Amino acid sequence: MSGTPRADTRPLSPHLQIWRPHLTMAASITHRITGVALYFGTFLITAWIVALATGAECYSTIEGLVTAWYGQIIMYLWAVAVLYHFANGIRHLLWDGPNIGFDPKTASAVSLFNYVFAFVGAAAIMAATIWL
Amino acid sequence: MSYGKFTTPAKNARGLGSAKSGTEHHIRQRVSAIALIFLVPWFMFSIINAMGAGMEGAQAWAGQPLNAILLILTAGAAIFHMRLGMQVVIEDYIEKTGTRSALLILNSFACIALFVTVALSVLKLWIGAGA
Repeated sequence: MSGTPRADTRPLSPHLQIWRPHLTMAASITHRITGVALYFGTFLITAWIVALATGAECYSTIEGLVTAWYGQIIMYLWAVAVLYHFANGIRHLLWDGPNIGFDPKTASAVSLFNYVFAFVGAAAIMAATIWL
Repeated sequence: MSYGKFTTPAKNARGLGSAKSGTEHHIRQRVSAIALIFLVPWFMFSIINAMGAGMEGAQAWAGQPLNAILLILTAGAAIFHMRLGMQVVIEDYIEKTGTRSALLILNSFACIALFVTVALSVLKLWIGAGA
């Protein structure tokens, strides 16, 4: 357990600030941040489903929040988090299963792709909900 | 640290290694991820359509048997996945044993409560649709 006091002063593994920032590092950190964000986002989606099951008065309150400008910003960020975590999660499965994509060049390129996919994809989804 | 006559420093090391449950956690995280590869695209597409369909349109959507089944499956896989993920985050960053245990228990309770809430809401919509 990490709660046990250390009996010696052997060096610890390098902390975050020791490393020069690079793409795969950013991708990894973003994966965790989007994961935590989606954890709380699921509570919001659940609130919508509960309102849907509760009735008209409750639903119109939630619908008002979703369609307000701040609700739309949250929806956009939620879509970014879903798409990023989805794409990067598939990369994790390809790393773990068939061992694909480990070489630094591919790994960096995929990291960049995941960011672009998330932000552009989420923008496309929001545009589709407004215009369609 | 004081030692009795027959104790050696080995007693400090025993029981501090791995809990031998890491592989199971890893596999569960991956299996739920594989399920979500199929469920999340369906969910994203459906929820956006449903949110734009007004209350009655959304209720009709959630009340259809296939949609109700997929909704509960998505909630099950997603909440299982996020419970495992949050567990690791708590274990990584919260060092104090009491706080850590409290948050791990809270994580379990919150996720189970969340799943029951979704499942019952979908069930109500399903029954309400007269299926």
